Amino acid sequence: MELHILLIFMILGAIIAIEVKDLLSSVVAVGAVGFALCLAFLILKAPDLAITQLVVEILCLIILIRATIKRDLPLVIEGRWVFNTISTLVFMAVFMFCAWLALKELPRFGEPLMLVVKKYLAEARVSTGAANIVTAVILDFRAYDTLGEATVLFASVIGIMAVLRRPGRKKNK
Amino acid sequence: MSLIVKTITRLTVGLILLFGIYIILHGHLSPGGGFAGGVIVALSFVHLMLAFGKDTAVAKISSNLASNLESIGALMFLGVALLGFLGGSFFLNILGKGQSFKLFSAGSIPLSNIAIGIKVGVGLFAIFLALVILEKSKKEG
Repeated sequence: MELHILLIFMILGAIIAIEVKDLLSSVVAVGAVGFALCLAFLILKAPDLAITQLVVEILCLIILIRATIKRDLPLVIEGRWVFNTISTLVFMAVFMFCAWLALKELPRFGEPLMLVVKKYLAEARVSTGAANIVTAVILDFRAYDTLGEATVLFASVIGIMAVLRRPGRKKNK
Repeated sequence: MSLIVKTITRLTVGLILLFGIYIILHGHLSPGGGFAGGVIVALSFVHLMLAFGKDTAVAKISSNLASNLESIGALMFLGVALLGFLGGSFFLNILGKGQSFKLFSAGSIPLSNIAIGIKVGVGLFAIFLALVILEKSKKEG
């Protein structure tokens, strides 16, 4: 249910990003779509992907906003130092509290949980027939990941060839 | 390059290529696999290019052939993945498992290794070739 609301929100955001005239509003709409995707990853129980998406999204948003704004935004800090200091301290306290809650749940250092790996170590040789368990994991249990990795490599090679091909062609003419 | 480099290259380049193929084919038995072996195969061609110049290496594998082989490798890996649908699901290992620690074992894993090896080796060589061509055209232009 939450996922459907998020998906509708993302589709609406994408349409707004295409249709709106102002470039900065378009960038903000794209950012909203990205953050909704981050929440969708969280709902689908993929927190590592959600963190990656969040970091990449923030970086892309900063670069895009910097690219679309023509002039520098002046930083106004005079006369507001009380408010600024208090808000900084409050946010630091909130962050520390959340970090303390999260770190309490981690397993102790040097004692990993190894829930999935135990199964792989026990069953890999019998169920795949491969003597090298690393290969058994990357090409059998997790072959889908490897397919994605190979696709990334393929796309990067195509990109490099596309960018660098033009001088080579000029030489032939 | 000098005569020493050329002679040593002539002696070693075949062995390097052979070692890369060995790493790819024994990926399911010993450390290594498609990615590592593919890089070694690409390095053997890069070695050839460094010693004898661009034309000798391009005579072995031209830029077009490299692109085609890379696409074939990617499609072959996808084909191995789709082969699993014959047994019911994506990437299902339906070929015979065989006896482990033998070369012909582990079903579709060696096939995937060969596909990734072709893809990675030829892809890296294509990138190197493209960079060399860019550098040459910059110097001329």
